[in-house]
Amino acid sequence: MYYLSNTEIKELEAKANTIRQSIIEMLVSAGSGHTAGPLDMADIFALLYFSVLKHDPKNPDWEERDRLVLSAGHICPVLYATMAHAGYFPVEELMTLRKLGTRLQGHPHKEALPGIETSSGPLGSGLSQAVGMALAERMDNPYTSKFVYCVTGDGELQEGQIWEAAMLAGKEQLHNLVVIVDRNAIQIDGYTKDIMPLESLRGKFESFNFDVQEVDGHNIRMVNDAIGKAQSVYGQPSVIIAHTVSSKGVDVFERDFRWHGNPPGKGPEDRVPKGKQADAALEKLRTLGGMIIPSDS
Amino acid sequence: MHLDTYMFAKHLDKRICTPEVEQVPNRNGYGEGLKEAGDRNEKVVALCADLTGSTRTNIFADAYPERFVQCGIAEQNMASVASGMAAMGKIPFIAGYAMFSPGRSWEQVRTTIAYNNSNVKIIGAHAGVSVGPDGATHQAIEDIAIMRVIPNMIVLAPCDALEAKKATLAAAAHEGPVYIRLARDKTPVVTTADSPFEIGKAELFLEKDQKHEKTIGIIVTGILAHNALQAAKTLNEESVGVSVLHMPTIKPLDTVALDEFTSEHDVLMTVEEHQVAGGLGSTIAEYVTSTNPKKVIRIGVEDSFGQSGEPTELIAHYGMDAESIAQKIRAI
Repeated sequence: MYYLSNTEIKELEAKANTIRQSIIEMLVSAGSGHTAGPLDMADIFALLYFSVLKHDPKNPDWEERDRLVLSAGHICPVLYATMAHAGYFPVEELMTLRKLGTRLQGHPHKEALPGIETSSGPLGSGLSQAVGMALAERMDNPYTSKFVYCVTGDGELQEGQIWEAAMLAGKEQLHNLVVIVDRNAIQIDGYTKDIMPLESLRGKFESFNFDVQEVDGHNIRMVNDAIGKAQSVYGQPSVIIAHTVSSKGVDVFERDFRWHGNPPGKGPEDRVPKGKQADAALEKLRTLGGMIIPSDS
Repeated sequence: MHLDTYMFAKHLDKRICTPEVEQVPNRNGYGEGLKEAGDRNEKVVALCADLTGSTRTNIFADAYPERFVQCGIAEQNMASVASGMAAMGKIPFIAGYAMFSPGRSWEQVRTTIAYNNSNVKIIGAHAGVSVGPDGATHQAIEDIAIMRVIPNMIVLAPCDALEAKKATLAAAAHEGPVYIRLARDKTPVVTTADSPFEIGKAELFLEKDQKHEKTIGIIVTGILAHNALQAAKTLNEESVGVSVLHMPTIKPLDTVALDEFTSEHDVLMTVEEHQVAGGLGSTIAEYVTSTNPKKVIRIGVEDSFGQSGEPTELIAHYGMDAESIAQKIRAI
């Protein structure tokens, strides 16, 4: 685990803010896509791609790299934005999201974009694939230092396949598998507690032989510490339940499940009319919620 | 050369139309083929959903326990786990009963395997009504249909144990997703070690007696090859020239062989242990109607579910035994 200084934390927070702005811009350009999840996972993705992951953006097939599987494929805007800012492809290409001929498919496609470990979108299947990767790696190298990180949604944990995968991971004691759950408590039709309650998630995962940690998904130091501990767990796979605020970073979108599957411009209008949603979001991000007052105002 | 009698392909087993014909379940061929593929290439790994005995995966699992993953009764997970292993350079074979793998895991096969162009080989054991006493829930008669409509997917139905072994080895060598359907029951060994097998190639098993005016071309896949050959022999000895083209590969279709075969026969007949909708019959009909339209009569299960019974009596009940095929030809 890499200990992060306060300065490094601040730099990662700034990176996350940049990623959030790109997310808004690309969703507006696409005219469709998911807002809440990408925004609330920006902190964790910044931490992963700029600190935790062993990877080389200029060499996406590097054999020794860690794998990151985005099982919650629909939040790919945060993956794409982070990859672009990390140097996998030009930032300008983010504006091609969801358009005909793009490498940035609406749900990630492995064959389209180098650096994507697998196509995802159908919920549940990413975790199985991450388990397969971790298993294959361990077959070749029982004392591997390669990690497979798998990001899932929380609504996604309603899919049976998740638990099939968890059962196998627990059985096989895949210590090189680290699952991160985006516990933003929302899904398409409403709050997870109303649609299909999930608690106790800790209890469920523990009974499947996972080491379980719960963190504030927006506290980069806390997430980093948890990943460090997960890396040192042996004899079990790990899960980090990251409690997040959906649409984090844009307070007028936060905690509203209706922002799950709408881009700015097509979201609920209670707080901001559609035509102003994109600008409001970008202003919030650029001024850090009003903390920075532009010198020309 | 004008043939004045029908002729079996020279490489076929000479005992086909005798009581001495060997009877072996073709899943045995898979078990041996998988082990040999594992001997040849250390990247070959095997996964199974609690069915190592009946899928014959146990032969590989016993030889290479460190390369075998027991997934338990979880076919959807198994398919996607295999995809993940293939992403790391392995060549995974996943085996289960066809009705559940790919039946239950169809979406995982379609997206995590085929859409990723993952090098995973899916083995659907216990396909067809000849599964027998287990009944309809375990008799997959739709699997050819649901697999051939997936892009990147190769679809194979070997006719006997020897061909199943060759198909397994060919699948291991092929770069990309492959589906192989196998039967449960012991079936006649029709081919020999000399019989050719190549993905995408049809083989003419029986050339018709050319002195008959009426000519029927049977196209068969899977274990019903023997029934087709017996029916064809009977009719050739009566008054109809019947040839048998064996198509172990349903996808990709051997259009070269099919073009030639179609032009040489008045009427085509397809035979498969599968619904008449969506399988080999539909594949042939689709192609023939758009190229050289001829009547295509489809033998198979006529839009009903299977049921419990003995394998051979079920095959006869659903009109796929040699005598039923012969009757259908006489009625043309």
